[in-house]
Amino acid sequence: MNRSLLWVIAGVLLVGMPFVYGAPYPMHIIITILIWSFAYTSWSMMGRVGLVSLGHGGFMGVGAYATALLWNNLGLSPWLGIPVGLVCAALLALVVAWPCFRFRITGHYFALVTLALSGIVLQVITATRDLTGGSLGYTPNRVPGGSSFWAFQFTEKHTWYMIALIVWAAGLAIWYAVERSMLRYALEAISEDEDAAAAAGVNVTLEKLKITVLSAMMTAMAGALYCQYQMFVSPDTVSGISVSLQMVFAVVVGGLYVALGPTVGAVITILLGEGLRIGFGTSAVGWDNLIYGLLLVVFIIFLPKGILGSIMGAFRRAPAKAAA
Amino acid sequence: MLEVRGLTKRFGGFTAVNNVSFKVDEGEILGLIGPNGSGKSTIFNMLSGTLAPNGGSILFQGREIGGSAPHAIINSGVGRTFQIPRPFRRLSILENVVLAGFYGQGGGQGGHSRAAAETSAREALEMVGLPTNPSTRVDGLGAAGLKKLELAKAIATKPRLLLADESLGGLDEGEMDQAADMLRRIRAELGITIIWVEHIMGVLMRVVDRVMVLDHGEKIAEGLPTEVVRDPRVIEVYLGTDADAVHAVAEAARA
Ligand SMILES: Nc1ncnc2c1ncn2[C@@H]1O[C@H](COP(=O)(O)OP(=O)(O)O)[C@@H](O)[C@H]1O
Ligand SMILES: [Mg+2]
Repeated sequence: MNRSLLWVIAGVLLVGMPFVYGAPYPMHIIITILIWSFAYTSWSMMGRVGLVSLGHGGFMGVGAYATALLWNNLGLSPWLGIPVGLVCAALLALVVAWPCFRFRITGHYFALVTLALSGIVLQVITATRDLTGGSLGYTPNRVPGGSSFWAFQFTEKHTWYMIALIVWAAGLAIWYAVERSMLRYALEAISEDEDAAAAAGVNVTLEKLKITVLSAMMTAMAGALYCQYQMFVSPDTVSGISVSLQMVFAVVVGGLYVALGPTVGAVITILLGEGLRIGFGTSAVGWDNLIYGLLLVVFIIFLPKGILGSIMGAFRRAPAKAAA
Repeated sequence: MLEVRGLTKRFGGFTAVNNVSFKVDEGEILGLIGPNGSGKSTIFNMLSGTLAPNGGSILFQGREIGGSAPHAIINSGVGRTFQIPRPFRRLSILENVVLAGFYGQGGGQGGHSRAAAETSAREALEMVGLPTNPSTRVDGLGAAGLKKLELAKAIATKPRLLLADESLGGLDEGEMDQAADMLRRIRAELGITIIWVEHIMGVLMRVVDRVMVLDHGEKIAEGLPTEVVRDPRVIEVYLGTDADAVHAVAEAARA
């Protein structure tokens, strides 16, 4: 079957779904999955070319808190606050990544530096508790009536579903655009051999910064969206190390090298989290992180292409064999 | 076209290249020979920006490029190959060369269109005799093929000066002649000036206009191939190292 036809059918089904079946709880789960899929897709754009960041929770936090703080303190609409948050995330990404790339901090060392970043953002949020509410979390001021376009606040789940769907689809579109771009060739080359890439004329530092800033801004967008949807953020849910590790886990499990891999990862992590919560209640708090950690090790060893990547790989090989 | 003065590189306390000066004229093929470890690749690494010199100057087309970033030097018209081929295995053969054509052609970032990059990539692949099929992987290439890919990547950046770190050591006689012939054609058809590094003398001597000889990081001789092979210091260096070379020197002198 034709690929673009497949996309059109999928699009129609996704857009039409809430009109057929729109119970609040499943809708909530699906919206959450879409937002996190977008965050994971953002992370994977760096991860797939060997730039393993353990600091993306930091970018999510910046997007979420910047938007909410600007709204509560200055009355700035999220329509302006979100772009400001994205710019802040881009600047933070430059400040952290430029020295790393300039001085060739790569691989494990890069991961360690970014790990520090997510810790620092968490610390800053906790330390400025007069402003941010610290570890108790933060709530954007509700508009009277609960829904307002200007305030980016909506009570209808259907509205949120459409917003999340559009952003998720935009994330996939960006993933494909990068996949087809010369930037991706350059980043693949850089991930293999920086000197050889430079000898082909690639400005290694600049190309790495491009993808880092793009990925950081998208991740901040996911944070802002999550905050507006939940109408509550806490440092644990949108920043810090466990969120950052969860991104790595989800993408590795779903598939690092395929567009929908991060989405599959989000479906698995969120259903796992919900399943534990419903099945075991509060006694299971923290179990999900333990299970993530164990599964991560298992996947890296036995299924490095992730679930979706392995399935697609098997399908691609099968017809080739049949033809031979 | 290229003027190098007092070029020096130290690794810790060890001086790999010591106060080396030379010139390359437009349209010339200069051979750079010397035993293993004499500093040839290190000179190339400095000329292409992969390593920063500890001293000396490198004037390329009248501009100082010593210590500049490698991508800037490549984009100013220098192309290089690596002695041990360094292909990008995650990309296809064509993609390897398109990458160089896109990023290396002086336009810098996005200065060149992808279509132009693909055209120069196909030309470069045809020049060296590799398939231009978009999906052929690097993994199928043998030693000779990988060296051709190195050359194609360098040519696709449309250099004025090509630094060919060939070392034909791993190739059989026929492949060596083919490689030498290819450098001749690159100069004749593309008008590219070449510095060719090699530690086996025989093939090189038949192609180059002039030779420069290095030993322990120092220049010990420079001149026409027929002069250099008679130079007592050169003979001594090669006598002192390997028997094949001695044979090659003798043969080259007879020719
Ligand atoms: N990056 C490096 N670090 C330390 N020593 C090096 C480095 N590169 C080359 N050398 C040393 O410098 C000397 C010259 O090496 P090289 O230029 O590769 O020689 P050639 O290409 O003539 O065989 C050798 O002794 C080599 O071990
Ligand atoms: Mg060498």
